This record gives sequence, structure tokens and C-alpha cells, in this order.
Amino acid sequence: MTIKRKACIAGAWEHPLRKAPDKSTAQLHYECARGALADAGLDFKDVDGYFCAGDAPGFGMLSMVDYLGLRVRHVDSTETGGSSYLSHVSHAAHAIATGHCDVALVTLAGRPRAEASSGVAAAARPNVPEVPFEAPYAPVTLNAYALAAMRHMHEFGTTAEQLAWVKVAASHHARHNPHAMLREVVTVEDVLASPLVSDPLHKLDCCVVSDGGGALVVVRPEIARSLQRPLVSVLGAGEAVKGQAGGRVDLTYSGAAWSGPKAFEEAGVSPHDIRYASIYDSFTITVVMQLEDLGFCAKGEGGRFVADGNLIAGVGRLPVNTDGGGLCNNHPSNRGGITKVIEAVRQLRGEAHPLVQVPGCELALVNGIGGLLGTRHGSATLILGRD
Amino acid sequence: MTMIPERPLPAPIVDVFTAPFWQAASEGVLLIRRCKACGEAHWYPRPFCPHCASDDTQWVPASGRGTIYSFTVARKAGPVPYVLAYVTLDEGVTMLTNLVDGEVEALHIGQRVQVTFRAGEGGAAIAVFTPCTTP
Ligand SMILES: [Zn+2]
Repeated sequence: MTIKRKACIAGAWEHPLRKAPDKSTAQLHYECARGALADAGLDFKDVDGYFCAGDAPGFGMLSMVDYLGLRVRHVDSTETGGSSYLSHVSHAAHAIATGHCDVALVTLAGRPRAEASSGVAAAARPNVPEVPFEAPYAPVTLNAYALAAMRHMHEFGTTAEQLAWVKVAASHHARHNPHAMLREVVTVEDVLASPLVSDPLHKLDCCVVSDGGGALVVVRPEIARSLQRPLVSVLGAGEAVKGQAGGRVDLTYSGAAWSGPKAFEEAGVSPHDIRYASIYDSFTITVVMQLEDLGFCAKGEGGRFVADGNLIAGVGRLPVNTDGGGLCNNHPSNRGGITKVIEAVRQLRGEAHPLVQVPGCELALVNGIGGLLGTRHGSATLILGRD
Repeated sequence: MTMIPERPLPAPIVDVFTAPFWQAASEGVLLIRRCKACGEAHWYPRPFCPHCASDDTQWVPASGRGTIYSFTVARKAGPVPYVLAYVTLDEGVTMLTNLVDGEVEALHIGQRVQVTFRAGEGGAAIAVFTPCTTP
């Protein structure tokens, strides 16, 4: 069974706040839910499926369904870090296709900035099998991504200048986004001049830390057609989990090498057909590796692919993250998946900022990497189309 | 040249399964896990083999020598910078670790390293790696 055209994203909403000291995380979830439902032209009472992940407070799913006052017949709290929300869209489409729900709500929210926390340390939690053998070495998020970047440079000759182009492109997009945290255009030189934080990554190779959140409403196509919104259909999806393979560590590729082909096959399209891509940009290296693994360029060519403004809308051949992405716009709850889907929906609806809107955007790809690229991570790919 | 800084290491987490591993570490030996069914070594250690799912596995001493697969100088993750690395042991498994006792500028992928031990909180020995002095 396929999910192709079995569900539509009818509502998408991004919280405008980037710092939320006066709101609780649960309240941010509510505001995102309200925003996405209003965007779709639906109401809380229409929701019969609910999806959330590790950012949901309390008992996660149970706390949030009760808090939001939902009456649901289908729930899913798949947790793969920042890629969870792409999986949620896929799972929602499956649930809709099999009749388990009609209107699925997906929410993400968090306030790491207000709480002054960032990154996910391999804390000395009990009963985590890898922790005794890893926690002493402190593989925190940034450093685990840097390990992949260092190996990529070694294997393929990728340079710090090439990585910097991912940030440069994000900054060119963010200047048009009034909500973006970083709106100043930066140059390759600016990125290289920023302090090294975890070799070879500089401060400007890293995404921002922000509060906020987002929500999506995934619905049965018949319901989508009854609403006054452009039709954005789910065409294909893929998921993968990649780890250390029992000690056969290979940092040259991400789980997108597995999730991407599944999504393309289901959608019946190829990377050449994609007009816009939302690629989770936790760090610049994350984008380079996903672009290779998704087939936008050959393995090892990612550095050359992103150079010279190739990801900038109106300039390059593949506009990526036209909202400014995690690198410049926002990164609520240290999880970038949902905002990637939201910007893809904007592009497909023709509702992106006019200066970054891809003309006639009919086919978009979204990819997320959740967890730690260098140790164990989830990858999820979505292919969305305008009908 | 800058010598790799050293930071305090935490106490290891010891349980029934890992107790022999930490005991060997205290005697200066790095143990890995090998499967008697398929012959493959694995890391991190488990009571079964992640390659073939057999539970016929045992602790075996590693040579303690390997090569740097990747590394990063973690400059902002704590009060003291440290070097996080993947080292591929000569037995074929790649393990997360820290590098110590070397010059930061001289570190490179492919560099030969050997195990050494540092006392974690409470005195237990924790395996780290240092550049080889002999080839
Ligand atoms: Zn085996």
C-alpha cells in the first residue's frame, strides 16, 4: 500500500516568537496547534489524530492530548529527535489512508533559549546501553556532527569554505524573513572568521538556539478539497535509522541514503524533478551530506554543489531553506523538522516570501536528520506536491 | 604547539555485564567483545552479537592499538577543551574515545594511536588514546 496522494497538509503554522520567557512549553504547543488549525480552516474539535515527540512535556502524548482537550482515535509519538515530525506526516498519511483518522494534528514546541539549554549531552542516564562506553568521552551534539565533518573533509576534500556557503545561502534567505533571528547577510569570510567551536566547525556553521515551535494539520484529501487552501499532497516518504553498526562506523553518509530512495520511489519522481528542498540544517555539514545522500549530487560532491550560492533562491540551481532555516531563522526545541515541512508547504502554496518564492513550485522535498549524525540518528524524507 | 588539555573524567557506570570490562581496565587492558558464532568483534560491548544476534559472545583483550578514524577539538563543550575521536582498533571495530597527550596541531586522521588509561572520578580507569611512540 502506498500513501501517495492519500493525505494532504492542509494547515501549517510557525510560531513567530524566538524567545518565550513568559510562556510554558505546553502553551506554545497550544498556540502552534491553534495557528495550524486556523490556517487550515479547521477547529480543535475536528482533530481525531494527534502526533508529538520528545519535546512534548510531562507524559508526552498523554499529557498533551489531555491538555489540548482533544478527543482522538489515533495517536503516535514516534521520537527520532528533530526528524520526528517528518515521520509524523508520513505516519499520519498512513493512518488516514487506513481509516484510523481524518484530521491529524502534529505539534512541536520548546524554549531552550528561555531555559538556557542547548544540545543533547549523552547524560549519564541509567539503562542506556551505549552510555557506559560513550558518556565518559562527552560526545555532545555539536562535537558528534563535527566528527562527520572532519571525516567528510578527509575523504572527499570538502573545505571549510564550501561548508560556509550553506550558511551564506541561509543568510541570503533570512534577510527577507522578519521573524528570523539572524537577518544579516554573511559571507564565506565571515563564517571562517567566526571562532572554531568544534573543529572543523565554526560558530557560524551551527544553527541558532531559539524558542518557539510549529504545527501541521494532515487531512484526508476529500477534507482538504473542501477547505479554501491550495492542495499540498503527500507523495512519498521514507524513514531510516543509522548508528554505529556494531563498531563498523562509517561517517561518510547519513540515513538519508536509505530514506531518500524510498521516498523518491513511492512518489515516482527523481531528484531532478525537485524544485525546492527543505534540508535540516542543524549544522552546515548536515546539509552537504543530505544533498549527496538524496542524490542531488554524487557522493563527495556536496561541498562543490553548495558552493557559489547554489542553494540561494533565484541564484542557484536548488533553492534550500528559503525561510533562513535553522542556521538563521529558528530552531525551536533544538529540533528543526517541523519548520522544514512548514517552509516546503509555503513554497508549494506560493506563499513563501516573494523574493525567495520558487516560481511555479509544484514538487518539493523535505529531509530531516534527528539525533546525532556522528553516533546514531534518524533520517526521514518527505516528497510533497502541489495538486 | 598546543598540548591536548585534560579534563576530569566521570566515574564509569558499572553493572553485572560490564564489571569484567572495568576490572580489566584497572589492570591496563582494553577488552572488546567477540562472537564465537560468526567470529566478528563488535563495539560497544553487548551480551550478544549485533552482527548475527548470537549470544555466544565473550570478552577478549584488544591489542590497544589503532588509527584515528575522525576527531574534533571540542572547544566549547565544557570548561576545558578536549579531543573527541573515533579510533579504529586493529581488531576492526571503531570506538568513541578521547585523545590525550598529543599536540593538537599534529593530530590527523589515519594517525596511529595506542590505548592508555586515565582515572575517572572515584579512581576507576577509563580508556583513552595517545599518539603511538613506535610505529
Ligand atoms: Zn556473531
